Amino acid sequence: MRLEANNINFYYGDFQALKNINMTIEQNTVTAFIGPSGCGKSTFLRLFNRMNDLIPDTHLTGECLVGGQNIYDKNVTVDELRKKVGMVFQKPNPFPKSIFENVAYGLRVNGINDKTTVTETVEKSLKQAALWDEVKDKLKKSAYELSGGQQQRLCIARALAISPSVILMDEPASALDPISTSKIEELIFELKNLYTVVIVTHNMQQAARVSDKTGFFMLGEMIEFDDTKKIFLNPQKEQTQNYITGRFG
Amino acid sequence: MNKNFNGKRVSQTVMFFLFRLMSYVVVGILFSIIGFIVIKGIGVINWEFLTTAPEDGMTKGGIFPAIVGTFYLVVGSMLVAFPIGVMSGIYMSEYASNKHIKRIIRVMTNNLGGIPSIVFGLFGMALFVNRLNFGDSIIAGSFTLGLLALPLIIRVTEEALQAIPDSFRQGSLALGATKLQTIRKVVLPAAFPNIMTGLILSIGRVSGETAPILFTAAAYFLPNLPNSIFNQVMALPYHLYVIATSGTDLEATQPMAFGTALVLIVIVLMMNLIANFIRRKYSK
Repeated sequence: MRLEANNINFYYGDFQALKNINMTIEQNTVTAFIGPSGCGKSTFLRLFNRMNDLIPDTHLTGECLVGGQNIYDKNVTVDELRKKVGMVFQKPNPFPKSIFENVAYGLRVNGINDKTTVTETVEKSLKQAALWDEVKDKLKKSAYELSGGQQQRLCIARALAISPSVILMDEPASALDPISTSKIEELIFELKNLYTVVIVTHNMQQAARVSDKTGFFMLGEMIEFDDTKKIFLNPQKEQTQNYITGRFG
Repeated sequence: MNKNFNGKRVSQTVMFFLFRLMSYVVVGILFSIIGFIVIKGIGVINWEFLTTAPEDGMTKGGIFPAIVGTFYLVVGSMLVAFPIGVMSGIYMSEYASNKHIKRIIRVMTNNLGGIPSIVFGLFGMALFVNRLNFGDSIIAGSFTLGLLALPLIIRVTEEALQAIPDSFRQGSLALGATKLQTIRKVVLPAAFPNIMTGLILSIGRVSGETAPILFTAAAYFLPNLPNSIFNQVMALPYHLYVIATSGTDLEATQPMAFGTALVLIVIVLMMNLIANFIRRKYSK
């Protein structure tokens, strides 16, 4: 599904966190958002599954479209939207349940309880998340017996299980060691064949490695949005140049 | 070493000794109370004491009706207080967003917890016994004790839910779960052990209360077990009061009073131990 942002302004109370952002994210691509802390990239990401709704005293102007529909329309139900737009968080957050039940959770809350369907979907999702071989013999065990990297792949499997069209990732590897990180990156690369992936990252090499397009944010503005190669090799704006060469950040 | 420095050291040692002494005194007091009750009461404890009704003007026989009565009152009060308390706790932790309303509710529940239990008894008599016409009965006593247990259950539930990290809630919501599904399937199960601990602690509290049931449920002497929730019952704490103060032969009933106290203490201690056990078992 295609994502579109038209004239987005977003406020936390009086503080304007996003300033007039326009962007189109094409289907089946990986898009990375980079920028210094507090630049608004995570806030922008969380607009697309309306996670910002959970924060009191915020408001939004502009249009946010997923698959052509403005998701802030009155007739959009948030839980239906979140079935289409999955999310992986910064810190692995598996539920205190078994590995199997973690992946099955999204199916169950969406009314899918048929045993064969659930079992098959759990297996498929764990395979997609490259975790199946490591956990297939201990599906009944608690998710907390897994390492941090495995837990994060479990959370990815959990997101995939409800077959979303879009997957939002908010610094999915920032709490992980280098080996787990490279596994997650490989996975992101695989996922773009089936999903539209948007990833927020602090790690510029990571953005360069996994994404097709990169958006650079600073102080609530989107400074530049282009092909990842162009952003890293030949940025058009001075601020982008300064950031990727590490002059601030 | 100068004098000042030595002074510091000495007061440090003295105060430390004092703090330790006070802690040991507390433990000592607890053990002497329990020891005293055990020594005085253990003699009358036997199978007959636990399973028969009092006889001969309560100078002989057992305390079975009082045990059963306390059991009914505890179960009844929990049936009243647990659903109300847990639901209010869920509201306070998960739904109430208006700070003022939340503060008002919290102040009210805390004050409710601070009301002397005899006042609950009086209120229970006015409302449940007279106004609602339940009469002196298990149901009137259960409602009164339930009110008494409410603040504790609300607070424990709220704290247990607050202890669940927000990342669980977000993870669940992000998968398309509704708020209610999130609470039912993720938040409540994770908070369950701590909520159970609160329930058991309030059982311990309720089973020992005398004042709230004095005018609402407790009978002086009933040889038969209740057969309806509209019957009066005997209860352990009130029975203890009766045989210790107003029996026909106080000398003769004194050991039985201590026996009753022992049974009561054992029940309360057991509840606390179970609560601890549950908390430890589930909080890795």
